[in-house]
Amino acid sequence: MSIRPLLAVAVAGLAAALVLILHDRKPLRDLVSPVAAVVMFVLVVSMAPRVLAGGSYGLVLFEILPGVDFAFRVDALGLVFATISSGLWIVASVYSLGYMRSLNEHAQTRFFACFATSLAAAAGGAFAANIFTLVIFYEVLSLVTYPLVYHHEDDEAWDGSRKYLVYLMGASKSVLLAAIALTYHLAGSLDFVPGGLLADVGASSLVLTVVYFCYLFGFAKAALMPLHAWLPAAMVAPTPVSALLHAVAVVKMGVFCVLRVVFHVFGTGLMDGLGLALVTAYLASFTILMASVYALTRDDLKARLAYSTVSQLSYIVLGAVLFSPVAMVGGIYHIAAHAISKITLFFCAGSIFCASGKRKISEMGGIGRRLPWTMGAFFIGSLSMIGVPPTSGFVSKWYLALGSVEAEQFAFLIVLLVSSVLNAAYFLPVSYVAFFGEPNEGQGGVREIPMVTIPLVVTAVLSLLMGIFPGYFIALAEGVVR
Amino acid sequence: MDFPWLSIIIFLPAAGALVLLFLRDDLAIRRVALGVTFADFLLCFPLLLGFDASTHEMQFTETHTWIPGLGIRYALGVDGISVLFVFLAALLGWICVLASWRAIETMVKEFMVSLLAMQTLMLGVFSALDLFLFYVFWEAMLVPMYAIIGIWGGSRRVYAAFKFFLYTLAGSVLFLVGIIVLYFQGGKTFDILALMQADLPFALQSWLFFAFLVAFAVKVPMVPVHTWLPDAHVEAPTAGSIILAGVLLKMGAYGFLRFSLPILPEASVYYSTFMLLLSAVAIVYGGFLALAQDDLKKLVAYSSISHMGFVTLGIFALNGQGLGGGILQMFNHGVTTGALFLFVGLIYERTHTRSIADYGGLMKAAPIYTVFLGLFTLSSMALPGLNSFVGELLILSGAFAARPVIAAISILGALLAAAYLLSMFRRVALGAAEVGERFRIWDLTRREVAAALPLAILVIWIGLYPKPFLTIIGASAEHLLEQVHGVEGTE
Repeated sequence: MSIRPLLAVAVAGLAAALVLILHDRKPLRDLVSPVAAVVMFVLVVSMAPRVLAGGSYGLVLFEILPGVDFAFRVDALGLVFATISSGLWIVASVYSLGYMRSLNEHAQTRFFACFATSLAAAAGGAFAANIFTLVIFYEVLSLVTYPLVYHHEDDEAWDGSRKYLVYLMGASKSVLLAAIALTYHLAGSLDFVPGGLLADVGASSLVLTVVYFCYLFGFAKAALMPLHAWLPAAMVAPTPVSALLHAVAVVKMGVFCVLRVVFHVFGTGLMDGLGLALVTAYLASFTILMASVYALTRDDLKARLAYSTVSQLSYIVLGAVLFSPVAMVGGIYHIAAHAISKITLFFCAGSIFCASGKRKISEMGGIGRRLPWTMGAFFIGSLSMIGVPPTSGFVSKWYLALGSVEAEQFAFLIVLLVSSVLNAAYFLPVSYVAFFGEPNEGQGGVREIPMVTIPLVVTAVLSLLMGIFPGYFIALAEGVVR
Repeated sequence: MDFPWLSIIIFLPAAGALVLLFLRDDLAIRRVALGVTFADFLLCFPLLLGFDASTHEMQFTETHTWIPGLGIRYALGVDGISVLFVFLAALLGWICVLASWRAIETMVKEFMVSLLAMQTLMLGVFSALDLFLFYVFWEAMLVPMYAIIGIWGGSRRVYAAFKFFLYTLAGSVLFLVGIIVLYFQGGKTFDILALMQADLPFALQSWLFFAFLVAFAVKVPMVPVHTWLPDAHVEAPTAGSIILAGVLLKMGAYGFLRFSLPILPEASVYYSTFMLLLSAVAIVYGGFLALAQDDLKKLVAYSSISHMGFVTLGIFALNGQGLGGGILQMFNHGVTTGALFLFVGLIYERTHTRSIADYGGLMKAAPIYTVFLGLFTLSSMALPGLNSFVGELLILSGAFAARPVIAAISILGALLAAAYLLSMFRRVALGAAEVGERFRIWDLTRREVAAALPLAILVIWIGLYPKPFLTIIGASAEHLLEQVHGVEGTE
């Protein structure tokens, strides 16, 4: 028993409360989030040594139902998710301050309070020991990000936020609910079990298949096609939200849930036996390719990044279901690799918007000369998305490619290669236009804003460093597979 | 004989009603009514604390002969099923008084007397162990409820009250016939516990099952005998709606648990699929009706039909999870829907409109109100971590064990609930702050917070830690299953 996981969740929750209490003392209020982020990150990382050594931290608070506790358990998979979300919260909280101040946004108290609560929910989900506990935090995350998506409170924001909630709540109040009820009926428990909770309940393969797909699509945050449309719709949110929540916390929560189901509810043996792994791999491949095609056609930078996220999330799912240990490591590592690179890209989009008010790629001609740090960072982020060494994205793609060879699934190797080409096709033109395009009019006063630019440079450098020193996350990922 | 807790709890409100008759000042009347109902609520705590959850036996029993010639007794007692609803009725009692504080301005004395009389009768229904006594309480309830809707209701109050009266009475007549048949065929006794031992032939069980079904289905209400409910709810004053949703609807389901299942076990098993189907119809149909409403009260009323469908779905799954979940969900629905009606009433007092289209931006005009409303809305749509989710999960888990296809259809009801409730909240609470400009809106007063707070606490408590409640239900529900399936057939 250890209260550390609870503390990590509580720090972010407390931060939200403090933000609300200090709503009319701005300087103090704005200090809360960065401080809480650092404390949370330290708490999370302090659990790493024992987890890396094969141990875990457990905390059972109380029994909810027979066989279902409100309980935390910190294992390697949860720690990957918690490390990356709490770590990036540090930079994102600084970036948010710069962004919100420079645009003089309204309702900043609500914004920062919801933001902190989202992080608490993400950590709670990462450390949840069973489906019930996980789903509580999953739904809290849906709800507290809703005000962040409708933040601008104009028609576009209401439309986008409605779609957001309809997809996420719709999936969880229908198929996910069915999946949980069926699991509880079959297993009499909802705990995550290393070999798979449903591994030996002896239910018919039809029922198990139904349960599996109910989970797969019930966790709509994973944005597996066709339940991906909420993510581009969520781009009406302010950019810090798109960056940390819709590239890291929210979507990774979805993928994380899917991985939990694959590894700890069904288990690799059962997945293989039912032939579910291959079907999932095809679904993921379809999403990878289709989303990239969508991304190609989007001129709005954030929309292009959103579709890119849809595509990249499926790398993680693909890696998990290829069932070669190397591919699994690659998939899990990609949780971190994609997070750090995509947050950089979103930070850049926000920086461009703060400096120039531009959203469309076609209007960004020559802007790289005005915003060299921003567009430099964007280029590094792009390389990582494409998977060029020595970026972090290269590491995951390398593992994934090796894994598909090891699993003798060469079709997926081709998917990886084609998608890399597609990634290059929709990312590199942005940098090209920015550096070599004809400058558009009205770029006279465009300058970089330090509080916005520094965080994105930091994440770009981190994404390079993680490519060169991937040790921490690879070790954790190997801990999951072990 | 022990201290007669139940008799005191039941008749304290009636005594209070008598006292009210001698008072003139409206404020004094309100205060006495509040004091009496709150004291009644406090009296429930010895009952809960002294309750032994390890047995299904009736507890706090009291028996006195009443009409010896017919074997009619004054017999009271509670088991793990009824004790929860005694508590619920006592809790909602004083909340109803608070909800009527400002809303009722004419004939305050008569209103409070009706409310207190209602309180006595409802508590009596849940405690009676003699079928005749039960029927007396059950039928007598019609009178004060008819008055509450018909006198203090909205513009179409007389129509609504009459419809409520007719539907309920029609059901009760068949119930009465069933009771008389049961008396003669079941060994000339009205003792409910003795009747449970009677081994009735299947054909008779079937007839009685349907006679009881009509009476109970009207109360629940199940489709197609639900149409009195929206009218009654819309026209009733807030307190009337809270009583209706919180307690009266539970009596139908309670009837199934107390009479149909244990006394008519073979018929209950035989017709369970039919009952599950009816439940699924209510869940889905009620959900679609709620989706189409613009009137806040109607929306909550139709959502009740859908949610009570989940209760009967759980009960007639006839397994441990379904039954336990169904009983818990009865309690949850009383708390949550009672709270929603309270909140619709509170905002109606300020704006005098119930049309969702008239609202928007309430979050800015009345933040505390909106936070509570949001909590109860989420509870009603069964958000994980809140009370209804626990019940819904258990019910569905049980229903999947019994009839997977019907369970799968019922999931649609959960989805619809999310749709109509979230869209209601979005249109009422969020958006531009227009509503604050058009109406004079003030946030919750302390009295209103006092009424909402216990319900909010229960919503979160049961959502995270339902164990005490499930423990109270446990032994009785298990025993009920043994009665239905025969001892060897239990799961």
